[in-house]
Amino acid sequence: MTDARTRSHGSFIHVDDLHKSFGDNEVLRGITFDVFEGETLVILGASGCGKSVLLKHIIALMHPDSGRIDYRGENIFDMRPAELNEVRMKFGMVFQGAALFDSMTVGENVGLPAFEHWGTRGADLEALVEEKLSLVGLSGIAKLRPSEISGGMKKRVALARAIALDPDIILYDEPTTGLDPIMAEQINELIRDTQKELGATSIVVTHDLHSACFIGDRVALVEAGKIEFVGTTEELVDTDQEAVRNFIARGHANRDRPEPDFTCSF
Amino acid sequence: MDLFAKLGRAALDMFRTVGCAGIIVWRALLSFRRLGRSFGLIFEQMQRFGVDSLPLVVITSIFTGAVAAVQVSYQLKEYLPKAYLGTAIFKSVVIELGPVLTALVVGGRVGASIAAELGTMRVTEQIDAMEAMAIDPHRYLVMPRILAGLIMLPALTVIADILAISGGFVVAGVALDVSSKVFVDGMKTLFYAGDVLGGLIKACAFGGIIALMGCTAGLRAQGGAVGVGQAATRAVVTSCVLILIGDYILTTLIYGIIFS
Repeated sequence: MTDARTRSHGSFIHVDDLHKSFGDNEVLRGITFDVFEGETLVILGASGCGKSVLLKHIIALMHPDSGRIDYRGENIFDMRPAELNEVRMKFGMVFQGAALFDSMTVGENVGLPAFEHWGTRGADLEALVEEKLSLVGLSGIAKLRPSEISGGMKKRVALARAIALDPDIILYDEPTTGLDPIMAEQINELIRDTQKELGATSIVVTHDLHSACFIGDRVALVEAGKIEFVGTTEELVDTDQEAVRNFIARGHANRDRPEPDFTCSF
Repeated sequence: MDLFAKLGRAALDMFRTVGCAGIIVWRALLSFRRLGRSFGLIFEQMQRFGVDSLPLVVITSIFTGAVAAVQVSYQLKEYLPKAYLGTAIFKSVVIELGPVLTALVVGGRVGASIAAELGTMRVTEQIDAMEAMAIDPHRYLVMPRILAGLIMLPALTVIADILAISGGFVVAGVALDVSSKVFVDGMKTLFYAGDVLGGLIKACAFGGIIALMGCTAGLRAQGGAVGVGQAATRAVVTSCVLILIGDYILTTLIYGIIFS
């Protein structure tokens, strides 16, 4: 159902035959997929398979060796800097380590895009910051510094900053990595709620199968720099493709593994 | 063979640094179009570059002037009368000691600080985050720092010149038996405004070098804490070397050609 809904809106990001190498290490080996308006696409894969590199290409933070990414039919790598900035303002990105500016307060972090691009100042800016922070459940922490808040709160602040300009697309790079299971669950719910509330298209990079099934409409499985599977979460679970079965089996194996005993570690 | 490989790598790294610095300067120049929206950032950097460096510059310059007085007196006692002590100190300070020593001490302090700050921002993806928000890091981070360097190093040099000459003046009066009138008359003798102006032009260039090398090293940092440390070291080493090479070139140009 979700697939039909999203496809009816048409593809507005098209990734075509993307290749990227770092020295001899070929990270992306011909990635091709579409992102449809309004959907949450999860890019799933093991650590080091190239999914974060792929996400950085989507917002042109990296440039491919070959291939293209079309945003509403235009290749973002052919755009002039001013055009690219116009496109980037339609994107919001939540980085793996939150990437909050540690020289600024939480409020200044969240308000920076509006301050820079819309010229929002004073009480208007404070109201906007408070609105975005309350959307992620963090009202009243605008005066704190990033160093004074927890890892989960940092991710939430990063999301508040990402949605500051009311973007069309939100990119999440490993949003639950490094968080405890309870906080990870809260972030998953927040991503889903934000998607419902704002109606923005979301692209989520994760290695967590549970997160992928919880938040995703569709899943693209990346293995060794290639897309091995694209389909709905239901199709992911039902498919017979070997790469998918192996990934799911590895995920279950990790999940069933007993918690390590750290009592003698030190 | 290993030596050639090392030399080759060092040469490639040098060319990469020069190329990066060129691109950074070009993009910072382009961002001057949005100068009006950057005054707050520029003033903040001017304070960090200039005001916060004052204690270090004050101490360095007072003692530089004091040492210059003792050295000039000792080196030239057989050849020059003490009436020329003021002249020698004034000229050596405004032409050479003021701009170069101020640039070297500020370069160590501010260059490392800029590289460490931008390097940390690079390795923690804060610069990627800025670009993802369609905020140009060259306008937001680089341009204010370069402008602060261009403005504040000459300002610091003026202060350093005054304090160094004062240091020399005090030592001349207290330890070298040169009266204040003789010292000041000596300064007036052979006074040439071009000396002061040339020193300040050099300081301006050195300020730009310090900020540019700090930004270049910081933006090129890779690989966590080690990378940030290496960026800070690279910023200080390259800016010190370029200040000394630039000093020779500028001194030749300014005093050998323009004011000769």
